[in-house]
Amino acid sequence: MSAEPLLLQDHLPALQVVVPLLGSVVVALLRQGPAAWVVTLVCAWSMPLIAFALLDQVMTNGTISYALGGWPREVSIEYRIDQANAFLLVLVSIMAALVTTYMPRSIADEIAPERQGWYYCMYLLCLCGLLGMAITGDAFNIFVFMEVSSLSMYGLIAMGRDRRAMVSAYQYLVLGTLGATFYVIGVGLLFTMTGTLNLYDMAGKLEAVENTRPLIAALAFIGVGIGLKLALFPLHLWLPNAYAFAPSAATAFIASTATKVAVYILLRIVFSVYGVNIAFGDTPAAAALLALAIMAMIAPSVVAIYQANVKRMLAYSSVAQIGYIMLGIALVSQTGLTGGISHLFNHALIKASLFLAVGCMVYSTGITRIEQMAGIGRTMPATMGAFVLAGLGLIGVPGTAGFVSKWFLITGAVEQGLWWLAAVIVFSSVLAMIYVGRVVEVAWFREPSGAAVSPRKPPLEMVVVTWVLALAVVYFGFDTDISAGVAGDAASLLLAGYR
Amino acid sequence: MRLDTILRVCAKLFIPFIFVFGLYVQLHGDYGPGGGFQAGVIIAAGVFLYAIIYGLSAAQRAVPKGLVEFMVPMGVLIFAGTGIYSFVVDTNYLDYNNLAHGDAVEGQHWGIFLVEIGVLVTVASTMIAIFYAFAGRGRQ
Repeated sequence: MSAEPLLLQDHLPALQVVVPLLGSVVVALLRQGPAAWVVTLVCAWSMPLIAFALLDQVMTNGTISYALGGWPREVSIEYRIDQANAFLLVLVSIMAALVTTYMPRSIADEIAPERQGWYYCMYLLCLCGLLGMAITGDAFNIFVFMEVSSLSMYGLIAMGRDRRAMVSAYQYLVLGTLGATFYVIGVGLLFTMTGTLNLYDMAGKLEAVENTRPLIAALAFIGVGIGLKLALFPLHLWLPNAYAFAPSAATAFIASTATKVAVYILLRIVFSVYGVNIAFGDTPAAAALLALAIMAMIAPSVVAIYQANVKRMLAYSSVAQIGYIMLGIALVSQTGLTGGISHLFNHALIKASLFLAVGCMVYSTGITRIEQMAGIGRTMPATMGAFVLAGLGLIGVPGTAGFVSKWFLITGAVEQGLWWLAAVIVFSSVLAMIYVGRVVEVAWFREPSGAAVSPRKPPLEMVVVTWVLALAVVYFGFDTDISAGVAGDAASLLLAGYR
Repeated sequence: MRLDTILRVCAKLFIPFIFVFGLYVQLHGDYGPGGGFQAGVIIAAGVFLYAIIYGLSAAQRAVPKGLVEFMVPMGVLIFAGTGIYSFVVDTNYLDYNNLAHGDAVEGQHWGIFLVEIGVLVTVASTMIAIFYAFAGRGRQ
């Protein structure tokens, strides 16, 4: 038997998924809130360590391939990690680690004690599913992990303290199942045409059957299925309620990871498997995506302006931000895709810190409606300060991460001579300014009243994590090596495809 | 139904055979049709029959709720633990070739056997947990 550290080094891809799975089992056996949280914390913080080690291996040695069960990839599941998904693994695992650190007292406040153990169990399962989707190189395995993450997500959402949480979880269950079914139909068609489920092999065998109808139908099915999962306008109907009524910490985690992983799956299948030529050359997919992206950037932003619940407002804003990411994909260019992927990263930071700030507010005052937030900036300056900072990132003010990605998107649009598109991006940012500005105005420029007068002090770890993310929003506005540099690498890797 | 003699006697006769059949499906899963999932459902069905004829509280005395809630994660632990053990014998996750320390066929046999026991435990207990949840509604 070889030395222990060396032994685990080779198995990092499996451990990335197995550790949270085992963690959820241990939590389900313990079922005590505090003990469960400690197990969750250990698992969650081990995730970024593994993800960074994987990213490091990918950077030095190139793509990692891990054969599950030791079988060759033709007959079994392969975990395949290149720069694009190593980047995503880092993002998801850091978000999980931070949100887990934030979570214990917020959860103790919002969820009944006998359910807290189950909450942590499902949280870890959800993390396991999301990381599994990101890491696997097998089309059907993606479906399995999609179900693992979705089913646990329905449970997480249903645990919100508002009774409407149950209904919104059920809504998401119906639409989410529909999405997963469409995805699996698409994968079935691809399997019949190519005879393999391994994404890498599939890409190689696709050329032989190019221009066949099942192939295009498969693309349509997968597009719609994943579109439901990533809440692409107008398939976003499940999202606002789910985000609004889930427990605060769960919302922050889901908003910053779940839709991002779904975007990655779409990118992987469209660019790596189909390749730019088949996906965008033979079909009007780019034009359709562009139209949907523009609608997504405008319509939900307008709806967000009229929301009364601050979490629902942020949820509609999420739908709009997914529009930006889709726009980056629809441009099908290096610059555009870099913008899309960097917005995926930046929006995760921004939205997580906004939702975490709202979580602090809910903990301290129980307020969720915007009109009740009058003057809360004066009584809770630390929390609302972070909210403003992240809000600036959401608008895309220069010096914040949001600006970097929007800059790339505008450059990408102008590159192709689409000046009007640059104007649309700016217009959508103005709408963001209105809905963020509305909250800022109420929170800072009015006299405190009601529950906002004497909030209880939010726990230190909640404020600190919120600020860490808010400061990251600013940091990545200046240091673009990671947010734009790595995103650029991932974009060129995806555009090159597997062939 | 507690007063119906025919049903009670027949159920008592059937239940052991249902369990034995469940074990047969489990243990012959690697040679013929069957496996942990099917066997788990059959064994859970044995418990359901007992609960329907003798009442929920009798069934919960025989198979307590706590045990069921313990078994659900336990099965997953058996499955995942088999995979982890693969690391110890220097192979990839869920690679059974080296489980018997060299003999690949023997190793695969053991691997499938252990993993299927994990499936049996989780499937049977999950089915029972769902049944208890539905049957127990409105009692509290």
